[in-house]
Amino acid sequence: MSEARYIDELVRQQWLIPFFPLVAAAIQSLLKRPSRKLSATLTIGAMGLSCIFALRAFFATLGGGEHTEVQRAIWNFTWFKFGNTSLDLGLILDPLTAGMAAMVSFVGFWIFVNATGYMDEDENFTRFFCFLSLFAASMLGLVISNNLLLLFMCWELVGLCSYLLIGFWYFKPSAAAAMKKAFITTRIGDVGFFLGILMLYWKTGTLNLYATDGTGALQQAGSLVHLAGWWGLSAASTIAFLLFIGAMGKSAQFPLHVWLPDAMEGPTPVSALIHAATMVAAGVFMVGRMYPLFIAEPGAWVMDFVMWIGCFTAVFSATIAVAQFDIKRVLAYSTCSQLGFMVMALGAGNLAAGQFHLLTHAFFKALLFLGSGCVIIGTHHEQDMRKMGGLRKYMPITFVCYVIGTLALAGVPPFAGFFSKDEVLLATFQRNRLAWGLATFAAFLTAFYMTRQIFMVFFGRWRGGDKEHAHGHEAHEDHGHGHGHHEPHEVSWNMWLPIAVLSLFAIGFGFFSHKFGNYLGAQEGEAVAGKPIVMGLSIAVGLLGIFLGWLVYGRKTMEHASDPDPLAVNLGGLFTVLNRKWYIDEFYEATVFRFTAACAMFFRLFDKLVVDGILHVIVFLALVISQIFRGVGDEFFINGGFDASCESVRLGGKVLAKLQSGRVQNYFRVLSLGAAILLLIYFFT
Amino acid sequence: MNVSLEHYLMLTAFVFAIGLCGALSRKNAIIVLMGIEIMFNAGILNFVAFWHYKYFVSLTAQVFAIFAISIAAAESAVGLALVIAVYRHYRSVDLDEMRSLKG
Repeated sequence: MSEARYIDELVRQQWLIPFFPLVAAAIQSLLKRPSRKLSATLTIGAMGLSCIFALRAFFATLGGGEHTEVQRAIWNFTWFKFGNTSLDLGLILDPLTAGMAAMVSFVGFWIFVNATGYMDEDENFTRFFCFLSLFAASMLGLVISNNLLLLFMCWELVGLCSYLLIGFWYFKPSAAAAMKKAFITTRIGDVGFFLGILMLYWKTGTLNLYATDGTGALQQAGSLVHLAGWWGLSAASTIAFLLFIGAMGKSAQFPLHVWLPDAMEGPTPVSALIHAATMVAAGVFMVGRMYPLFIAEPGAWVMDFVMWIGCFTAVFSATIAVAQFDIKRVLAYSTCSQLGFMVMALGAGNLAAGQFHLLTHAFFKALLFLGSGCVIIGTHHEQDMRKMGGLRKYMPITFVCYVIGTLALAGVPPFAGFFSKDEVLLATFQRNRLAWGLATFAAFLTAFYMTRQIFMVFFGRWRGGDKEHAHGHEAHEDHGHGHGHHEPHEVSWNMWLPIAVLSLFAIGFGFFSHKFGNYLGAQEGEAVAGKPIVMGLSIAVGLLGIFLGWLVYGRKTMEHASDPDPLAVNLGGLFTVLNRKWYIDEFYEATVFRFTAACAMFFRLFDKLVVDGILHVIVFLALVISQIFRGVGDEFFINGGFDASCESVRLGGKVLAKLQSGRVQNYFRVLSLGAAILLLIYFFT
Repeated sequence: MNVSLEHYLMLTAFVFAIGLCGALSRKNAIIVLMGIEIMFNAGILNFVAFWHYKYFVSLTAQVFAIFAISIAAAESAVGLALVIAVYRHYRSVDLDEMRSLKG
């Protein structure tokens, strides 16, 4: 009981977690003269403080591990009142939040440290760190909110920050296009999210997720099931479906995944942040947060929909990742694929598996992205894997960490990815065998493309010095970096230390997998049928993928940067299709863009012909009417009447002027005559 | 012979008529002015006559008469000044020649 009271106390301090980065961002944006040192210190220091508070909250929720009830503390307060309606906001502290907040602040902290190295040569260093702080603050705010309104605000802030950071190098047209793409694509999902929020408010009358008196929106999920919604669903499932559309946009699920790979245009620490800790995690986290609504109605197709979207995304993105040459693009599609895994686990009904994969994935994907950032810096801003190779000798620390990340992602035991992916596959296995099969195939592809990447980047001979590199060399000179040589080199400590720390977690974090379900308050799924099969197959396909990867790429590494990809030789046209990402972008261009352009054209014509036509008719009518008024009303009546009255006044003046003879005695005579007449009238009446 | 109010009134009417005749018929500005003065005095005589036959209880008529006399004096002074000014301009006091105010 005393423990529960302790977290009740802690929840009132939850606001501190996003508060520090927010203040750091505010100070940096208000500084008169940007100072790199101050900026980096503020950002990293604030994140460190957040991390301490988040970890404190996290350990408070751990408890003894014996309790069956979920540790949850909430703190709702009124934001403002109008009339009898009040808008509440609230903070929450429960295992889901605490785990997320700890992960976001911890991973974010190390990403920031790495960013000091990556952005060292950028002239907009301080702007970058200001945005990073804001990004972290909004994500942490999203995590701790117990209110959909607050969550939505932070959700949009996260979207805004990703927009700003993806387009950080806005002078590059591709970056400017990518930032718009990310913003607009996620906005499509947000429409669904917002509709879901409105519907939730309509049905329950509150946006608080939990309330102490049991009137929170999620606590009413049971009664929402009995209300009718749309599309033959109950209200609970309808809201869940709408919310999931928002999550699809944010977490880059097919068909709204297109923005994520293009988000590579941002600086690499941003990619790490977006892919691991903040942006895409928000969607999965939101689904996890609203999970009671998703599972409220048993047998609704929403859960199947969630699962199949996740499953399809997992396989689909994995196939694309196989055929990419940009080191970050491979990782980007890998993220898409892994997010698919998480969503699939959620759809299969296992919250703990999805959230746990989210956490482990955050560690090793941040590791991989920061590692690729190290590679990019080490090779002087080269991103094409064909122009790398042999980096094992030049960058040993990065190599070791990268391999650890790869093994974790590929799902090799005992690395973190193995445990979490295993959980996901197991959950899917229990739900649907076909989805499980597809997901296992995706796991195989994951192992394969990561092995391909390792061999292309770190093994063989250094291909960056090839003649083809001359172009890159010039570009490099344009950058104005002062490196005198083109040999790759190991990066400085502030870049490799974060990946070293993260690789520790990539190795060890998986061992908590069986505790995590308990921690989230899920029922213990003891002695699940099929566990050996799933686990065995998962290991087998992971190793098979690595073996095949070695067979294709490792046995005989690429000699020259211009050599064709070995897989391209074998797969032929299919490889091109994969390399072009299944032509999804082209498909959207042919359909959505064309449609939009056609609509625009139509409306332009409509505007020209109908709207302008109506306007012209109105103008013409107005002209005609004014002519009539000018001719009849103005000229004839007003002017004519005025002239006539002037004329009569003039005539009257002429007549009266005759009386004014100027002769004094005449006036006198008239006066006398008048007096006489008055007298006569007086006498004779 | 018993002198009554009617006699006085007839006298004043006669004097008034003389003044009016002079003012209307003569061309000389000074004589016109004199006619006006005669009409004034006829009026004053009327006041005094009415007072004499107790038509007014107090001294109102007397006061009125004295006021009228003083005003007539002032008026004739102004009138004569005007006539002199006119004479200086036109070298004449003939009223028929003063027609510059004709409309």
